Amino acid sequence: MIQFCLRRLATLCVTLIAASAVVFVVMEVLPGDPAVVMLGTEAQPETLAALRKQLGLDRPAPERYVTWLAGFVTGDLGLSQTYRVPVSELIADRLAITGPLALAAIVLSTAIALPLGLFAAARHRRLGDAGVMAFGQLGLAVPNFWFGLLLVLVFSISLGWLPAGGFPGWQGGIGPAMRALILPAVALALPQAAILARVARSAILDAMAEDYVRTARAKGLTRRAALWRHVLRNAMIPIVTIMGLQFSFLLAGAIIIENVFYLPGLGRLVFQAISQRDLIVVKDIVVLLAGTVVFINFVVDLLYAVLDPRLRSFRT
Amino acid sequence: MTLLAVEGLTISLPTPGGPLRVVRDASFALERRQTLGIVGESGSGKSMTALAIIGLLPAGATAAGRVMLDGEDLLMASEERLCALRGNRIAMIFQEPMTSLNPVHRVGDQVAEGLILHRGLDRAAALAEAARLLDRVGIAQAGARLRAYPHELSGGQRQRVMIALALACRPDLLIADEPTSALDVTVQAQIIELLRGLIDDFGMALLLISHDLAVVGEIADRVMVMYAGAVAEEGPTAALYAVRAHPYTQGLFGALPDRLARKGRRLAAIPGTVPLANELPPGCPFHGRCPKAAPICRETPPPWASHAADHRARCYFPGAAR
Amino acid sequence: MSLGPGFGWHRYPALIAGAAVTLVLVTLAAVSLAWTPYPVTELVIARRLQGPSAAHWLGTDQFGRDVLSMLMAGSRNSIAVGFVAVGIGLTLGVALGMLAAARRGLIDEAVMRLGDFTFAFPAVLSAIMITAIAGPGAINAIIAIGIFNIPVFARLARGAALQVWSRDFILAARAAGKSTFRITLEHVLPNVAGLLVVQATIQFALAILAEASLAYLGLGTQPPNPSWGKMLNEAQTFMSRAPLLAVFPGLAIAVAVLGINLLGDGLRDLIDPKLRRARA
Repeated sequence: MIQFCLRRLATLCVTLIAASAVVFVVMEVLPGDPAVVMLGTEAQPETLAALRKQLGLDRPAPERYVTWLAGFVTGDLGLSQTYRVPVSELIADRLAITGPLALAAIVLSTAIALPLGLFAAARHRRLGDAGVMAFGQLGLAVPNFWFGLLLVLVFSISLGWLPAGGFPGWQGGIGPAMRALILPAVALALPQAAILARVARSAILDAMAEDYVRTARAKGLTRRAALWRHVLRNAMIPIVTIMGLQFSFLLAGAIIIENVFYLPGLGRLVFQAISQRDLIVVKDIVVLLAGTVVFINFVVDLLYAVLDPRLRSFRT
Repeated sequence: MTLLAVEGLTISLPTPGGPLRVVRDASFALERRQTLGIVGESGSGKSMTALAIIGLLPAGATAAGRVMLDGEDLLMASEERLCALRGNRIAMIFQEPMTSLNPVHRVGDQVAEGLILHRGLDRAAALAEAARLLDRVGIAQAGARLRAYPHELSGGQRQRVMIALALACRPDLLIADEPTSALDVTVQAQIIELLRGLIDDFGMALLLISHDLAVVGEIADRVMVMYAGAVAEEGPTAALYAVRAHPYTQGLFGALPDRLARKGRRLAAIPGTVPLANELPPGCPFHGRCPKAAPICRETPPPWASHAADHRARCYFPGAAR
Repeated sequence: MSLGPGFGWHRYPALIAGAAVTLVLVTLAAVSLAWTPYPVTELVIARRLQGPSAAHWLGTDQFGRDVLSMLMAGSRNSIAVGFVAVGIGLTLGVALGMLAAARRGLIDEAVMRLGDFTFAFPAVLSAIMITAIAGPGAINAIIAIGIFNIPVFARLARGAALQVWSRDFILAARAAGKSTFRITLEHVLPNVAGLLVVQATIQFALAILAEASLAYLGLGTQPPNPSWGKMLNEAQTFMSRAPLLAVFPGLAIAVAVLGINLLGDGLRDLIDPKLRRARA
């Protein structure tokens, strides 16, 4: 088990370095002179030179890359061009919204999808099953940002129950802040939940058809007991795979949803940074998000090993 | 009282083209401490018969007739009642030891599960009993092996675990569906030897399902030959193996390459294949492949013909092989 | 068991429904090339933000443009993006997958790792990077979506091709002295084509969704070219005055994606009846 974790950890590090290298090359090497990208072609030569110096562009690219990577460890990512504050502070501030939003969406989506998948599997070939399958098709087809708009139409504009957007900040108390996150979290979670419920249903149905479930029934376990003790743990293996994949869609979705609800999170920040050509901020956020996706995949791999003893002893 | 009496068992599977009768009017009895072997090709309905007895037919399948365990009709029993009997008084071993154990649970827990359920033992006591059982079925260092996962065991060891699991609550009736078919030949012999010792020790009846005449001949008191969902011949092992009243039985022995086949005789396959349940011919189901077939065989299903008091075959022309 | 006379269309309801929706979508897009009820570039402020009427079936937007005409023209955009993005993924991905399956070894490993790695960058993230350095635009959005499609097809093609490579007729072709390239072209590709078509359909639907998201964020199609995502973005400002404006484009996206997905599911059922039974 320890060896397994170490191997996975090594893969994680290699992938993180590769991902950051790609971002670095795309955003700092390919465009030629990032200073020109940031200031525009009409900028004064002196201003450009000053910015180059400040960004350290006078140093060779490999050296800049290493310094930048080290910044993620020390927390020193430099100053934002437009905000004039340390990028790390900026990101930390915005994470206080994006983090809880993504977490709430994942929890909500799982809490809806797993019972629904279980319900559909139990009602296999009956009306409830067909209903969950149809719900899954809708989840695949309805874009989350449009679903967010519909939620605003119904719950904010028509009913006036919840705010249509904006964020009061955590300092104003947990209550109002949470209220502002309800609709965004639902908009993110529900389409994902619909898809996950379909996956959960087939995983459970597949596991139910396995020989060891028949063995369990031959032992005298009731259908329900066999489901809880023998089916679910095995069914979780494919479910966790999809949840890992969904997390990256969820992060991408959070970027979009924050713009629907005017939430000042990482997603909003990266768009403001794009329009202001603040390459430093864009670069850091992209790496942060890609790194999170890679890290989640690492966690999923570890979860596999917890769920499936076969993976622990094999070489993998 | 007879331990198990199956009377007129008929099993139908649902298909898009309507119900399919995969077992037709099967009747047989099994006394305590006796072993009955059911022999037949795949598709003959022997596994379905076993699943019907333990009440685990696939979803949608229906069984008619009677399956009496100590005078109680299991086909009429509630699911709750069946759960109380399964793993307790009736137990079953399956063909595929590789997939019949749950890959994510330790084997000790899987053996102990039935003990906790039916005997009300706590986990520690159940595990201690599981260790004794594993030791009895010939697993070395049984105490340490409790913590093993199925993938860490060989096929033969897994089948031993399956046997321990089935025997945990000392059932009256053990059903073994092709228990050795998936194993190496050397391991097969060991498992058969183990089963033979266990039925003596535990005093249980064994219903052994196999396509392997050699395996059945070694362990069964009585043998029943099934063909296309119906019983073709039934009798004491020695008599049936010697006489082979039904032409199908003769065909099975003729296709046998080993010492059971008569010396000097050419190995003969039965021509043709088992007819599917939805395209059974009228008359005797075997007539299309039978060397003795006469016009009457194509019209009316043959009645039972007794060869001896407890040996009968469903054939117009029963008789010893050439 | 007989299948009955004819093809038995009634046994494939998903295929029928999906094909019908797709056909309507394609027809509307084709018609919009020559004719829309109103010109989509015509701004008539006097008739802005009208509800549905006999003259404007789905109403007008904040510039007085006819929503139905915009939706028709937008479908053109969605279909074009789907084709190009899936085309990029299909050509490059299948080539890589075929290469990996034929050569195995180091190339195989490299293609697979590259695939793992690309999944770290969802289309939105690549689009953000590309837009940050090259500015927003439909082309950049299409490239971002296409890049994400490459590993999807590479993995699928590799897995399916590996199975074909293990079959007997490949051995026969090898014995006949055919080159790896010729075997791939003549034997492997035709055998995995069905699977690829099904996946292409599903990725097409996903591409439409992704493009709509990017256009909504302002990273995709730029005005004045109409696009469904962009329409939703603009509608958001006027949501309390003209709520339907935020409903129709989303409905168009959802129906199009649903229809194409159903078509993909239906095709899969048609190609692999075994799978159909297992999933039903």
